[in-house]
Amino acid sequence: MFGLTALELARIQFGFTVSFHIIFPAITIGLASYLAVLEGLWLWKKDVVYRDLYHFWSKIFAVNFAMGVVSGLVMAYQFGTNWSYFSSFAGSITGPLLAYEVLTAFFLEAGFLGVMLFGWNKVGPGLHLFATIMVAIGTLISATWILASNSWMQTPQGYEIVNNVVVPVDWLKVIFNPSFPYRLAHMVVAAFLSTGLFVGASGAWHLLRRNDTPRIRTMFSMAMWMVLIVTPLQIFVGDLHGLNTLEHQPAKVAAMEGHWRNEPGAGVPLILFGLPDMEGEVTRYKLEIPRLGGLILTHSLDGQYKGLSEFPKEDRPNSAVVFWSFRVMVGLGMLMLLLGVWSAWLRWRGAFFAQPWFLRFATAMGPSGLIAILAGWYTTEIGRLPWVVYGVMRTKDAVSNHSAPVLSATLIVFIVMYFAVFGTGVSYMLKLIAKGPAESEDEHTPHEAGQSPRPARPLSAAPDDIDPSIN
Amino acid sequence: MGIDLPLLWAIVIGFGLMMYVIMDGFDLGIGILFPFVREREDRDTMINSVAPVWDGNETWLVLGAAALMAAFPMAYAVILSALYLPLMLMLAGLIWRGVAFEFRFKADESHKPFWDKAFIWGSYIATFSQGVALGAFINGFEVQSGAYAGGVFDWLTPFSLFTGLGLVIAYALLGSTWLVMKTEGGLQRRMRELGRPITMAVLVSIVVVSIWTPLGHPDIAVRWFSLPNLIYLAPVPVLVALASRLLINTLNGETHAAPFVLSLALLFLGYSGLAISLWPNIIPPGISIWAAASPPQSMGFALVGALFIIPFILAYTAWSYYVFRGKVKAGEGYH
Ligand code: HDD
Ligand code: HEM
Ligand code: HEM
Repeated sequence: MFGLTALELARIQFGFTVSFHIIFPAITIGLASYLAVLEGLWLWKKDVVYRDLYHFWSKIFAVNFAMGVVSGLVMAYQFGTNWSYFSSFAGSITGPLLAYEVLTAFFLEAGFLGVMLFGWNKVGPGLHLFATIMVAIGTLISATWILASNSWMQTPQGYEIVNNVVVPVDWLKVIFNPSFPYRLAHMVVAAFLSTGLFVGASGAWHLLRRNDTPRIRTMFSMAMWMVLIVTPLQIFVGDLHGLNTLEHQPAKVAAMEGHWRNEPGAGVPLILFGLPDMEGEVTRYKLEIPRLGGLILTHSLDGQYKGLSEFPKEDRPNSAVVFWSFRVMVGLGMLMLLLGVWSAWLRWRGAFFAQPWFLRFATAMGPSGLIAILAGWYTTEIGRLPWVVYGVMRTKDAVSNHSAPVLSATLIVFIVMYFAVFGTGVSYMLKLIAKGPAESEDEHTPHEAGQSPRPARPLSAAPDDIDPSIN
Repeated sequence: MGIDLPLLWAIVIGFGLMMYVIMDGFDLGIGILFPFVREREDRDTMINSVAPVWDGNETWLVLGAAALMAAFPMAYAVILSALYLPLMLMLAGLIWRGVAFEFRFKADESHKPFWDKAFIWGSYIATFSQGVALGAFINGFEVQSGAYAGGVFDWLTPFSLFTGLGLVIAYALLGSTWLVMKTEGGLQRRMRELGRPITMAVLVSIVVVSIWTPLGHPDIAVRWFSLPNLIYLAPVPVLVALASRLLINTLNGETHAAPFVLSLALLFLGYSGLAISLWPNIIPPGISIWAAASPPQSMGFALVGALFIIPFILAYTAWSYYVFRGKVKAGEGYH
């Protein structure tokens, strides 16, 4: 298809399915913690606003969670179908880590999700809060395992190669590999931030439509606090992450910065914009700030780090892609910072809920967290190339022997199906959001009281009276 | 270490796979029986009877894949890349079916037929491709230096197409007897009627597979038909015959749960027969569980988690079936 090789098609297929997948877990992780906070506030302050918000967002959580599960099912098979050489070579490490992620996801689904989604009238408030907290912790543990696996592929350690197979020697070293703490922190904060932006955009959208209720106000305000506090934290963590990457994957950083070679005695400039040219080994049309790049990455004005030309040609990641994906992520991070600061300023001026341009901006920023997450992952994963396990196994040696026509056919099926299925699901979620949180008069709403308990069926926690169809 | 880790893991994975086959089997069976039931109300009842449990059933499939990768990475790599096309088809089928379950109730009238069709097609495709994968697995894979060396369409043989069909029939049996247990009135009567020919068809498929397999695989023939194995293994076919006889009887009679229990027994016997034929290979025809095992460090590490968490999963599963015991009444469904 389009003259792509089997390797490229396998990569596109994996990238496409995992890109769809990651959107749902990001919101799952963020919303689960948000729900725990809402329920805690409801029990503590006894303000019904929190309870209504809890019910509202738990329905959206349910739909989102279900889509995370179905898209994750596909991922669990792709390592074997698309990267069989990688699996037989490194499955002894990534396999157990993946097994732990699935077992943990199972465990929380089995034990607590049913109670959380269907048990409001069936268990006491304390036990219910406990279930919600356990679900939130479960999503975080699940993320920890899968990120340990991915980080090990980025910065492998604690293993030996015996008979051409990876053998784990020290599991603690495998799990706590050098990039793991940074990647975990950066990703979890990213999930919180994306959820904050998503919730905030929902609130702003309602406010713009003059649907100005205490519930909408509360959720909007909470979300903007989140954005204000967490964005600087994310930028700080991102900076540390970059320093760590420079230490362990210097070629990736050179590619991200479009930096080809050092001038004697001069600090490396920071290139704001440009077009990296892999053949010509230069970055064209660049707009740069002298010395700033070296300053950020080495914390010294004369700082230098290895340029891409200093690496053998076959070891260079594609700078043209990661240079831009990195800038999309950082650029969006800056816009989030602006949103947070603007919200603080308006709060102080007392115009927080009424400034139309601010509300429009907050609405537009709704998907920005998810876009930044995708851009960040593209930087990380494409910057790892040509290695699948950094410095140990190359992507071209990892791919299964499928032919290009076969991969093209399945890729087309995936694309059509994902857009139809998840498009329907997402539009269903958006319709729920558009309805807004309802005001419930008393504790036992008739709808809930009349239902039988239905554990572990995420979608049925959402009401049935909305037509989600897109066709 | 004195523990035979590959053996333990083979048992865990074999158990997980069996849980999957019998549990997701009956809810896929519901989709397979859908075209034979026209009335909207009956269709709703059919779906309601499995709605609370089906996605718990499916999670065994995810666990199976992850456990296989952890314990037998080489088998995971060879089998999944050899079965690329059937598995992709299976995933596609499962996704359609999974969302159709829900969207069917949420769609407005004009879109309902669309989701009904998605449910039917998804169930058929998922089941058929699982059966094809099973047949291809029995046939074995061409392996060279630890990697799959065959072609993309090696899985496509008359035998595998037959096992595909066989699995569709087997799941239909599970589905129909499940409905005999869970419903009443006209729908239950219809299922009793359908159950008889389906049982016969299952029996025929078991016989055909039992003849075809040893014919195509001399080593399997040796396993079954040499002494003393012949005597030890004789109970398996005898029990199969017995179970099907009882199944037909109970379908004609008045009992509600017996047919389902008997069809579970039938499936279990078929599954054991398969295990006997293939043991101890995890990549047929020639690679054993010990040859494909991951290093003991990996197996031991993952086993701790599996043995700790699987009992919880079982307890929860039992509990949720307990909560939803009894008949599903028309219209009174959970939706
Ligand atoms: C940062 C977090 C994160 C990342 C990077 C990934 N996942 Fe994920 N995944 C989750 C966080 C998560 C989650 C939050 O834990 C989910 C979402 C909904 C759920 O049930 O758990 C989940 C679900 C989920 C499931 C379904 C589990 C179930 O049945 O309950 C599978 C099989 C996977 N994932 C597999 C993968 C694979 C193979 C990935 C890598 C390519 C991957 N996930 C990336
Ligand atoms: C956290 C668990 C993850 C693991 C274990 C993982 C693993 C892999 C593997 C094995 C490949 C193929 C080899 C290669 O091309 O280098 C790959 C490629 C890729 N991954 Fe990931 N990945 C993970 C998460 C993600 C996420 C969350 C995303 C993004 C949304 C992502 C995006 C991609 C993309 C786009 C590629 C294709 C890169 C290319 O070849 O051009 N990955 N990843
Ligand atoms: C604005 C300042 C930011 C900086 C300096 C920064 C820095 C980085 C760096 C250097 C990487 C690549 C690490 C590697 O591959 O080794 C990365 C990856 C990533 N970034 Fe950022 N980031 C920033 C903002 C954001 C924001 C706002 C989000 C999302 C809301 C985000 C989400 C991600 C994700 C999901 C990854 C991939 C996973 C990982 O490797 O951690 N980043 N970031």
